[in-house]
Amino acid sequence: MIRFEPRQDTPAILSILAPVFAAVAALALAAIPLAFAGAPILESYRLMVQGAFGSLFVFSETLTRTTPLILTGLAAAVAFRARLWNIGGEGQLYAGALAAVAVGTGIIDGPPVVMIPLVLVAGALAGALLMLGPTLLKLKFGADEVVTTLLLNFVMLLFVQMMLEGALQDPMSLGWPQSAPIIDSAALPPLLPRLRVHSGLILGLIAAVAVAILIRRTVWGFEIRAVGENAAAARFAGIPVTATMVRVALISGGLAGLAGVGEVAGLKGYLTSDLSPGFGYAGIVVAMLARLSPLGVVAAALFIAAIFVGADSMSRGTGVASYIADLVVALSLLCVLVGGFVTRYRIRLVGARKAEA
Amino acid sequence: MEILDILLTANFWEAAIRIASPLIFGVLGALICERAGVLNLGIEGIFTAGAMAGWMAVWLGVDLWTGVLVAALTGAAFGFLHAMLTVPLGLSQHVSGIGVTLLASSLSYFIYRTALPNVSTPPRIEPFRPFEIPFLSDLPFIGSALFSQTAFTYLAFILVAVVAYVLYKTPLGLALRAVGDNPDSVDAQGLSVYGLRIGAVVAGSALMAMGGAFLTMSAFDAFFFGMVNGRGWICIALTVFASWRPGKALAGALLFGAFDAFQVRLQTQVGAFLPSQVFLMLPYFFAIVALVLVARKADYPRALLVPWFKGAR
Repeated sequence: MIRFEPRQDTPAILSILAPVFAAVAALALAAIPLAFAGAPILESYRLMVQGAFGSLFVFSETLTRTTPLILTGLAAAVAFRARLWNIGGEGQLYAGALAAVAVGTGIIDGPPVVMIPLVLVAGALAGALLMLGPTLLKLKFGADEVVTTLLLNFVMLLFVQMMLEGALQDPMSLGWPQSAPIIDSAALPPLLPRLRVHSGLILGLIAAVAVAILIRRTVWGFEIRAVGENAAAARFAGIPVTATMVRVALISGGLAGLAGVGEVAGLKGYLTSDLSPGFGYAGIVVAMLARLSPLGVVAAALFIAAIFVGADSMSRGTGVASYIADLVVALSLLCVLVGGFVTRYRIRLVGARKAEA
Repeated sequence: MEILDILLTANFWEAAIRIASPLIFGVLGALICERAGVLNLGIEGIFTAGAMAGWMAVWLGVDLWTGVLVAALTGAAFGFLHAMLTVPLGLSQHVSGIGVTLLASSLSYFIYRTALPNVSTPPRIEPFRPFEIPFLSDLPFIGSALFSQTAFTYLAFILVAVVAYVLYKTPLGLALRAVGDNPDSVDAQGLSVYGLRIGAVVAGSALMAMGGAFLTMSAFDAFFFGMVNGRGWICIALTVFASWRPGKALAGALLFGAFDAFQVRLQTQVGAFLPSQVFLMLPYFFAIVALVLVARKADYPRALLVPWFKGAR
């Protein structure tokens, strides 16, 4: 008979190794669909690694994909720390992108030192406001935020489509539903010449460090952790639970909004309704792979980005459907969940006699 | 008045019932899982998997009812995965559910693309046809609204009665309700908490997948990417709205169906003044409002989301 015993404390090495093993297990499990698709398995993995890391150009592509994933991953990690289930990163990302094109496509112009902070603040605010709604509904009416944030993702995407066919449509686009281009002074500058990786990456790294400091070194961070561990006990101890939840919601939504700003102002240059291939949802996987650690988010985002970019390239080489990337991402989430179990419980095989007693 | 004109056509109510049908399966499935104490956020992906599997089975040559069975078994398989992670292992039901949704939808898309690499227009199957119930379908108004639906819709209505009967009139139903409220009491009676919960999640997920199959086999005749479009999440909201009761689940799904059908008809009448997206947003807001209205007084199964371990009291 198998028994699970809770561990008193998790060995540090195990908490680092568990997500790594989960990632490896997810990749290994992907061999099944690869075989089903009739692809040469080892060759496919080789193409995937080469496609993500094989040259400066592809590595720049991987870093470009890492950028929004760091921000949506942080958004999920902060919220989950407080047990606020923000599954609305996708909608908040679009809200941020929409705000960035609303202020950054020529309505106002100024030098980059004004315009860049302006689009960043506008995007973060839009994302934060979109998360504030479900949080207030949770706090005031007890409406489950999982469902409301998920449903708002669909509402937001429709709202973006509406704006791209209406008020924010580029008059020069000949009826195509896209926004006007972000003006040069509001664009996030590229990091390397002729490559797509842009300064949004630096923004993401700064955000990760800032969130790490917030969580570990500040009173707000202490309150967030306390609310997440036991909201009733936190309230009893005099921690302002409602205020903490609202703060977390604003920070989380704001981070996801910044991811949207990065994608339009750093990468695409204009907004379309297919801006994000699910960065919001992938952010949840990133946060879980990172075990909700802000610095871990950076590593996990790089891994997920490498899967997306590598699988795309492998898919072109072997003809395997590119949904293989989404499959690996989904498998990573389930594997890390099981891995988390191993870090919290000791698995013991015990004799039948002992189990009866 | 125009609005009344819409509500008074049989055609409107026929559409409302058609839109409600997949949601009836979905809400029944979700309420079975939650009654046993397990939130199943895999629903959105299980809908997609059911839609794909049922459609593909028929496309490969089996008959429609076998296709429904294939869809149900596919859903059951994903339900089993969710149940194993959340019941004996007691892992986060939220995270596992999102994981199952991501896995089930990406696997469905992957298999569809692998089987049909180069299709631009999705291949069609011969879906369920409206089945006019003798005599009843000749009744004025409700004859065409209620009794000229497909057999798949009638199955949804029958299942409401079956689930209600099992839940309230059988020992199994009693045990199922108890395991979501007070698993210790169930354990004390010598019943298996794990067995009941796993069984409920598997059965509930099979129903969810049938809701998905309704989309590709009765409402439409092909599989499209993104065709589930939040219907699973709407079911989760409607389950709270229905306070976990099959009868109210039917009412909630029909109300939603009526609202959605109304929205589409309103669009054709006043669509010139407002962008189409405004109307398309309304069903999602409807679900949010339905959730908010009942959330405060909702009588959640007391052990919902709470893992239970044998011998760890």
